[in-house]
Amino acid sequence: MSTINANNPYGDSHHHHILTVLVQNRPGVLARVASLFARRGYNIFSLAVAPTEDENYSRITIVVDISATPLEQIVKQLFKLIDVVRITELDPRKSVERELMVATVRADGDQRARVIEVAGIFEAKILAVGADVLTISLDGEPQKLDDFEELLRGYGIVESQRTGRVALPKLEREARKGATKGKAS
Amino acid sequence: MSKKEILTGAEALIRSLEMENVEIMFGLPGGCILPAYDPLLKSSIRHVLVRHEQGAGHMAQGYAHVTGRPGVAMVTSGPAATNMVTPLCDAFMDSIPMVCITGQVSTSAIGTDAFQECDTVGITRSVTKHNELVMRAEDIPLAIRQAFHIATTGRPGPVLVDLPKDVLQNTMEWHWPTDEDVLESLPGYRPITKGHPRMIKEAAKLLLASERPVLYLGGGVLKAHAAEAVRELAELLKTPVVTTLMARGAFPDDHELCYGMPGMHGTATAITAMQKADLLCALGARFDDRVTGKVASFAPDAKIIHVDIDPAEQGKVRKPDVPIVGDCRLVVEEIVKAVKELLAEGTTQVDITPWRSRVNGWKEQFPLTYEPSEPGARLKPQFCLEKLRDAAPKNTILVAGVGQHQMWSSLFWKFNEPYSWVNSGGLGTMGFSVPAAIGAKAARPDATVWAIDGDGCFQMTAQELVTASTEGIHVKIAILNNTYLGMVRQWQEMFYGERYSEVDLSGCPDFVKWAEAMGCVGIRVESPEEIDAAIEKANSINDRSVVVEFRVEEFEKVFPMVPAGASNDDVLLHPTQENRREFLK
Repeated sequence: MSTINANNPYGDSHHHHILTVLVQNRPGVLARVASLFARRGYNIFSLAVAPTEDENYSRITIVVDISATPLEQIVKQLFKLIDVVRITELDPRKSVERELMVATVRADGDQRARVIEVAGIFEAKILAVGADVLTISLDGEPQKLDDFEELLRGYGIVESQRTGRVALPKLEREARKGATKGKAS
Repeated sequence: MSKKEILTGAEALIRSLEMENVEIMFGLPGGCILPAYDPLLKSSIRHVLVRHEQGAGHMAQGYAHVTGRPGVAMVTSGPAATNMVTPLCDAFMDSIPMVCITGQVSTSAIGTDAFQECDTVGITRSVTKHNELVMRAEDIPLAIRQAFHIATTGRPGPVLVDLPKDVLQNTMEWHWPTDEDVLESLPGYRPITKGHPRMIKEAAKLLLASERPVLYLGGGVLKAHAAEAVRELAELLKTPVVTTLMARGAFPDDHELCYGMPGMHGTATAITAMQKADLLCALGARFDDRVTGKVASFAPDAKIIHVDIDPAEQGKVRKPDVPIVGDCRLVVEEIVKAVKELLAEGTTQVDITPWRSRVNGWKEQFPLTYEPSEPGARLKPQFCLEKLRDAAPKNTILVAGVGQHQMWSSLFWKFNEPYSWVNSGGLGTMGFSVPAAIGAKAARPDATVWAIDGDGCFQMTAQELVTASTEGIHVKIAILNNTYLGMVRQWQEMFYGERYSEVDLSGCPDFVKWAEAMGCVGIRVESPEEIDAAIEKANSINDRSVVVEFRVEEFEKVFPMVPAGASNDDVLLHPTQENRREFLK
């Protein structure tokens, strides 16, 4: 993991690039991607994987750390995997990104109301209520999750988990008809 | 064939291999692969029963090296599959087309730590171009077609197909996938073969405009069957050519433009020509560390044209000025066309005669050399190689193990034909030569196959000579026995103050008796007077394999040498040539 952006580990460091990798939905495909990264010494910052709208394909969204290896080499080596169908590098300015976080936060006494208030401002959901803790979920742009996590930290995060980001290219004109149809891009 | 035909998975496997025109396979049966060995009895495919699975893998490689066709190996699960890891990795490093079939425990037992179970696809993932665990009998034909397609197209490599026992036993309705089925099933696999026209024109311009060009040939020239096209290009421009360890034979050694092998133990001329070049045209070569030496000071003034079918090789080590992704033969043919067009349009080639006379000067000053042995002293290994070379029948294929003897073989032999040299380049697998020679001979029964081996290498895989004897695949093995792990000993002498640690193999067995015990003819050569008769005898025997043990000088070193991590400018010459070093400036 890059230490350059230590105060904001989930922030957009210029060492982080987003690759969306369309793969054939077959057993072991994630292991192939992971072992390629391990063998060639590439760093994965975060990774999310799920089937696409076409069940024959899965999409892997990888945030790669390119402080040690040029992105071009990573992309070319990835593309040598037979199961990899397409690789797109997403420019953060031209893509929509989402991530989900769940966090269990200390919320006893007076603090409970303040945590609920912060959650309200961020439009987060309260998933579970304990005697002195709350479990909260928030989805949104990674930067928004960073900000929320930073605020919660002040109250005491007991446990938290983020999914890693998923992303798709921004539509040129959002209202354009049928633009999202067709095989995954 | 409208009638439905029901086959077992095993029958479908063997028929699929027949459909792929497999004529020979190398293997050893065991529990999980047992079902596949039954239909093999009725098959047209010849099966060579090895004594160790690693041997099957290297035999398949030897076959592939000399034919360009995929070598096929079949073994069982667990330990057999793990024994196959070394040949797979070797084939992967040297881009050798190979299809390996492994047995696996039944689908219901996978993951239970069953007897002879191992995660074969997991273990071999990083040493294969692709691998696949087949879970249904009906998927076998497509898996086999895919395996051959992937192994032989793009950058060739090994593909493994893992077949659980019940998948081999279950029945399926026979069908043979079409080309379209294969392409459709591999939507992410479309190797680029045709070079970009603009880049090809750039390359042609650069070749004509350079004062000090060198064609740097790698194994890709042979994989792409590009030797003829490359020769046309070289002769058209009169460009000096160097052939890497994997490309020996891709351009004739006796050609006036050939300057031999570059790299750690290359000729001083080849190394220096690359260092001083203003253009390196790399054809199917990958800027391996054994060729470049210290990358930062490698060929500092050279622009780079890099032709390679693997896009990932472009810029992996050295940033090319003109990257061309494509099949080496197709691209070189196009470059030749583009050069001719430019010449026809009136572009003239820069006069490179001063460059060529400079390179020729190095060749004259720094020929390969060694000091002949003193009377009564042990033979020189280089002398043995010269003798073997000069007595070798036409169309001899040379195979080598790994170490000093491999470097001397590459340096002192004369390779004038493509596919006449088989060795383990990238992985450097000791023990490669005996089984690889058997595979080469199985593929080319018409050719004489000589394997040059070291005493260390031979002791790793010699048992495959039993396979050779029983299968009637007669090879000739020359052991250059210096009773040391010679290359390691050389490094300990040069870089570890002559502190020899665990390299003494003087407790070696009686190689002649061992050869005889394996059904071969064994010959020992200890003095120069014996050498001609021994080689003549070996060459005249065609009904048995022959092992000739040459007792050679223990302390002979391979020169030239670029020490690991050093710049190619600092190549160590043969001690008798060091006083002429200035000529290399």
